[in-house]
Order: sequence, then structure tokens, then C-alpha cells
Amino acid sequence: MDQDKKSLWKLFASTFYLSAFTFGGGYVIVPLMKKRFVDKLGWIEEEEMLNLIAIAQSSPGPIAVNTSILLGYKVFGVAGSIMSVLGTVLPPLIILTAISYFYQSFKDNRVVRAVLMGMQAGVAAVIMDVIISMVGNVIKSRKLFSILMMGGALIAALVFDINVVLIILVCGLIGAIAVLYGDRKGKGAKKQ
Amino acid sequence: MIYIKLLISFFQIGLFSIGGGYAALPLIEEQVVELNGWLTANEFTDLITISQMTPGPIAINAASFVGNQIAGPLGAIISTLGCILPSYIIVMILAYFYFKYKNIKIIQGVLGGLRPAVVALIASAGFSILVTALWGETGISAKLSDIDPVAVILFAISLFILRKFKVNQIMVMLGTGVAGAAVYLMMGR
Repeated sequence: MDQDKKSLWKLFASTFYLSAFTFGGGYVIVPLMKKRFVDKLGWIEEEEMLNLIAIAQSSPGPIAVNTSILLGYKVFGVAGSIMSVLGTVLPPLIILTAISYFYQSFKDNRVVRAVLMGMQAGVAAVIMDVIISMVGNVIKSRKLFSILMMGGALIAALVFDINVVLIILVCGLIGAIAVLYGDRKGKGAKKQ
Repeated sequence: MIYIKLLISFFQIGLFSIGGGYAALPLIEEQVVELNGWLTANEFTDLITISQMTPGPIAINAASFVGNQIAGPLGAIISTLGCILPSYIIVMILAYFYFKYKNIKIIQGVLGGLRPAVVALIASAGFSILVTALWGETGISAKLSDIDPVAVILFAISLFILRKFKVNQIMVMLGTGVAGAAVYLMMGR
């Protein structure tokens, strides 16, 4: 991990690169950001990254934009937040502006469609790779509370299709109650 | 003035779209099609299609596309700015409080509850993406013939390479795009 090479330029270049090549919306780019900034660059801890994603998810606006603002702010303060949001927004801004001149032919182009169809499988593999690692980390932590929360939230989202914001609210509330309850029971009770 | 109109419209879209992804769609439709008539219903459908074919969040894509159609590149920049401004303000306020108070016990509790939930939400979204990649837009089904065999092979090889060799993810995505396109075009799809 090359933590010493932290720079505003590298932050901008990283977010720009991820944003330019990540098809499929917020839930694809956020795991990729995690992989780059946590695993590769080592600028931020996995736990803190997950905290930031939770905040990004609870705020209005696209999750990719929100996560990049928080990430930039964490690493370089206000200047970092501006650089990373620019890096995230510029690629779609440039691409969509360019495409809006000839979008009819782009939309109906056979080659473009075939490339995108092929890419879907790659996108799915990339996101699965990150998910396997993240879910693995939660299970390896051997904290029953975290494993149960993860399982519960997964069932709520996948099986019952419950609104994301509601899931976030309930999980935060349960987390707070668990801490207060743990306090009341004293030190002899569960220790997280 | 058209720039101010664009700024205000996309500011509202940015402000009220909570939950990410396609939660923003009805809001964009209301502002862009119904209230201002900047796009027809058909053009709006095209916009969604294009958004699925290009990188970037759909709200940003819509802002850039509509802005440019209505008022040129400057319109695109102003609309995009309007779209991210509310996020930026709100997220920065939350960031300030987060970094100031994150060590308080009850906040630690809340975050401890949120972290596994975030992993679950990403996993859930990833599962939907996988289903779309393997089965197409119709969704999961028990019939084996509904599965796209090309996608299954591309997915399996990609995942194997990613887990085993730690290769660059973007190269994997672009690689499956090229390989998939070659196969699909040869199959005449």
C-alpha cells in the first residue's frame, strides 16, 4: 500500500477512472471505490468506508456522488471533496453531452448493444468478487450481532423488497438500542 | 432565463431523490416531461435506455442530456451542478457531524448496526445485477433454457480470474464486453 503517495491529483484520477468505466449505477461503483481506496491504496479502513457508504445511502442524491464526496472529505478535507465529486461527475457529464448529439444511432447500434450485453456478465462478476470478500469479512469477524444484522437486512431487501431507506433506519436504531441495552446489563453481558 | 430554470429543476431532483438508483426516475420524469416539457415521453424512454448503456448515475445522466438538449454544453454543466448541489451541502453537513461525533458510544452503536446492513444492501443489489446478466430483463426462472449460456461462461471465467489473479476489475469488464460482443454478433443477436 502506497499511503505516502496520497495526492489530490491521484484522488481525482481514481474517481474519474472509476466513474468513466463503471457501467450499472451506484451499487457497482461503490464496491469498486471500496476496493480501490481500502484494499489497493489503503487511504481508508474498511470499517470507516462502510460507515461512509451508510451516510451516503441515507442522504439525498446519487450514492456514487455522495460516497465520493465523503471519501474526498475524509482524505483531503473540503478540497478533497470537491476534487472527488468532480472526478465522479465529469465522465457522465462529458459522455452524455457528447451522446446527446447522436443518441438515436447510438441507442440502436448493434455493436454497442452486443458489447453492453457482454459487459453485464463482467460487471456481475466484479461486483460478486467484492461481495464475497465483504460478506466474508463480516462472517470472519465472528460477531453474532453483525452476522444477524446482515442476514436480516439481506432478507428484507431481497425477499421482501423493503425500501432501502427504511432498512437503514431500522438497522441504525437496532444498533443504538443494542449499545444502550448492553450498557444497562453491565460489563458482564455481551461485549462487541 | 433557461439556465436558472434548469438549475432549479435539477436542484429539486437532487434534493428529493433519496434511496439511490431508480428512486430518482419519477422525479426526473415529473420535472423534465410533465412540468417543463423539455423532453417528450418517448425521448425520456430513450434517455433511460441511454443511461443504462453509459456510465454514471441516472440523475447526472439526465441532467447532462437534458441540459445539453435545451441549452447546449453550458446548460449541461448548470443542470449537473444543480443536481449535485443539494447532495453536496447535506453530505458535507453530515460528514462534519460524523467526524466530530463518531466516537460517541451511541453513534458507534448506530454505525455498528449500519455496517452489516450496507454489506447486505450491496449484496442484494449485486444479486439483482447477476440475475439480469444471466437471465435478462425478464428475471430469474427455473427453466434452464432461459439462462444465457454465453453470459454464464463469461461470468464464471471473470469471477475465477478476479478471485485467483487479482486482476484489474475494469479490464475484466471491458474484456467481457469485447469477448461477449464477438460471440453475440457471430450468433447474430
